[in-house]
Amino acid sequence: MLIMTGLCAVATAVGLALSAFNESLRFYFSPSQVVAGEAPSSRGFRVGGLVEDGSLRRGPDGLTAHFTITDTVHSIPVAYAGLLPDLFKEGRGCVAEGTLGPDGVFRADLVLAKHDENYMPIEAAQSIERAQRSSSGADTDVPDR
Amino acid sequence: MTAEIGHFASILALSMAVAQAVAGMFGAARGIQSWIHVARRAAQAQFILLALAFCCLAHAFVVNDFSVLNVAGHSHSRLPVPYRFAATWGSHEGSLLLWTLILGLWTAAVTWFSRSLPADMLGRALGVLGGISTGFLLFMLLTSNPFLRLVPAPAEGLDLNPLLQDLAMILHPPLLYMGYVGFSVAFALAIAALLGNRLDAAWARWSRPWTTLAWTFLTCGIALGSFWAYYELGWGGWWFWDPVENASFIPWLVGTALIHSLAVTDKRGAFKSWTVLLAIAAFSLSLLGAFLVRSGVLTSVHTFATDPKRGVFLLVFLAIIVGGSLLLYAARAATATPGGSFKAISRESLLLTNNVLFTVAAASVLLGTLYPLFVDALSDAKLSVGPPYFNAVFVAIMAPAMFLLGVGPVARWKQASLPDLAVRLRWAFAVSACVSLAVPMALGGWRPLVSLGLLLAVWIVTTATVSLWETMTTGGRHRLLSAVKSRSLGYYGMHLAHVGAAVSIVGITLVTGYQSERDLRMDVGDDVNLGGYAFTFRGVTDVTGPNYLAARANIDVSSGGRLLGTLHPEKRLYGASANTMTESAIDMGPLRHLYVSLGEPLDGASWRVQIQHKPFVGWIWAGALLMAVGGGLAVFDRRYVRSTRQQPSTTQESSGRPASAGLPGAHP
Repeated sequence: MLIMTGLCAVATAVGLALSAFNESLRFYFSPSQVVAGEAPSSRGFRVGGLVEDGSLRRGPDGLTAHFTITDTVHSIPVAYAGLLPDLFKEGRGCVAEGTLGPDGVFRADLVLAKHDENYMPIEAAQSIERAQRSSSGADTDVPDR
Repeated sequence: MTAEIGHFASILALSMAVAQAVAGMFGAARGIQSWIHVARRAAQAQFILLALAFCCLAHAFVVNDFSVLNVAGHSHSRLPVPYRFAATWGSHEGSLLLWTLILGLWTAAVTWFSRSLPADMLGRALGVLGGISTGFLLFMLLTSNPFLRLVPAPAEGLDLNPLLQDLAMILHPPLLYMGYVGFSVAFALAIAALLGNRLDAAWARWSRPWTTLAWTFLTCGIALGSFWAYYELGWGGWWFWDPVENASFIPWLVGTALIHSLAVTDKRGAFKSWTVLLAIAAFSLSLLGAFLVRSGVLTSVHTFATDPKRGVFLLVFLAIIVGGSLLLYAARAATATPGGSFKAISRESLLLTNNVLFTVAAASVLLGTLYPLFVDALSDAKLSVGPPYFNAVFVAIMAPAMFLLGVGPVARWKQASLPDLAVRLRWAFAVSACVSLAVPMALGGWRPLVSLGLLLAVWIVTTATVSLWETMTTGGRHRLLSAVKSRSLGYYGMHLAHVGAAVSIVGITLVTGYQSERDLRMDVGDDVNLGGYAFTFRGVTDVTGPNYLAARANIDVSSGGRLLGTLHPEKRLYGASANTMTESAIDMGPLRHLYVSLGEPLDGASWRVQIQHKPFVGWIWAGALLMAVGGGLAVFDRRYVRSTRQQPSTTQESSGRPASAGLPGAHP
């Protein structure tokens, strides 16, 4: 009886976990991968890299932020309507989560920036590393790590 | 000079930890009292040395000794003194020193309050604690020494991360570590019991106050961290399912299961092997949390700069402790004597079910936290698991657990009858059902999850009331006072903690169901209505703080034409690190918070302003505080105090030493 209850609880949890899991998994792509069309268009994902210098501007409503995220080889435009995090700055690392629109603009519903000047999100650093390696064919040091 | 003294003191502390581990283990194995006494003294000396080392580092921070690398990297001469002190644990190295200091404190506390503990149990427990301490001190001295010098010394430090410059920084890490590390005592006692074949009710009784105390600290630490994130991060979220939050929440869930399982082992002698397993799991998961946070494998606001050497060291340490204790468990757990039997409907079975539910919840959170790491390691794909997963799984597992939480305290041990329970709880259920239907209607719209949350919260409170009422009315009402006195402090602590859970559930349910928010551009004189309050933007003034410049907004809040007050959210620029910080302003009422934060300056004198109305959000932390107070009451239950006084064993009397000599038969 007790064991059955326990097994039922575990089975329920596993079932729930699997269904909820699938929906809340957010895969990560670099701007180069997005440009190459590897990212899904039907579901949300994450994209990371550096906020390109001079790319940040406000939309006509004054609230939506437009900027581009780059891995130093390719870059994609991002629109974000929420409050940008405190440590969001041009030239620094950031990760955005959202969906890719048909116009090629990434509509973010979450933007993360990291707190340490010497530190950038691992995803962002890796995408720069990967993009530079594939474009130059040689290992390049990742800036700012 | 102080840094060198601190360094030297921590090396001496390491040697004391080794002495404590060796003397404790061998003394207990060979039955040599004097060795166990050496372990006790070594533990106390270790604590004093670590306190000295800690004071040296804190001193270096307070007097701005930038020739110490750690100070230069995490402090600044313009930093206010309380934050300089807190900056002592603001870095990886310093937080590790705090960890070892707190482990030393718990170990010393074990030596001070161990009179009821048989000598071999004490020896083995000190041996285990000494081993853990050795590992952490080696880790600190070899990979993360906080006392390294920087030559030549810079004139100025790099400053403490502005996010951490907050009063909560002084309290949150020590509270959290007191909780995390406190589970090491339950772990050490469990290992000692396994080694000495002492898995019995007495072992559970020794473990209970330690475990409950650690759990109480962890509850406070997590709640304070959540409250801090709520007001500091500027957008009003109070739980993010951030990997590092999960790293503290998983041990909390397992710890909650452990204190309930210990209660059954203590009172009924049952669940012994399960309890041991939980004690091992609670501490192992605390260590796993330390590994995840300190190794930098996770990206999070909590992770410090990364160094692969540290990750490998911690992983090996973790493998030794978890693997070793599980091997021991496999070899010895079967020797536990069977405990009192119980039927399918009984308090034992209800507690067991809830134990399983809490463990499953912890496992689900662990899965969501570690899954991205596994995928990354196996396939090089990066992904993250979002809050929807955690929310769905957690609510689904916790709902039945919270329902059973109401039934458990009124069910009888050994065998309870369902009809009897149904009769005793029928009014509690009727009241819960009515409230859960009526309140959402009154608050603005029925929602299934709001109803469910309220049903569970009111159910917990009403069933606790039934239990208290039955206590008070036993033996007639004229004997109310003696009936109230007949119940132990632990009983009242339990109900207080359960009501605290209900209060938290109300807060979580109502703020999730009914919060509202506006994110807009405001010119001077603009006003906006939200949740029955009017907010008027009165412009921004410049303010100079001790180490920052700030734009401070004045936003009048009024209700029904009457001015309630002015809120002052700020946008700060910290000079040393050139970081901007959003300081939100919150009007905290008992039934709602009004949460205002300042966005970016727009054209002219207009600013972007975010305004939120958060009903009952404060109840989340008030409930956690009640849980902690309940835990605190239970720690001081006279059962434990009495057992401490009564149990001084026969060896003590026969050796003719006064009771104050501490350990039975110990050599002074």
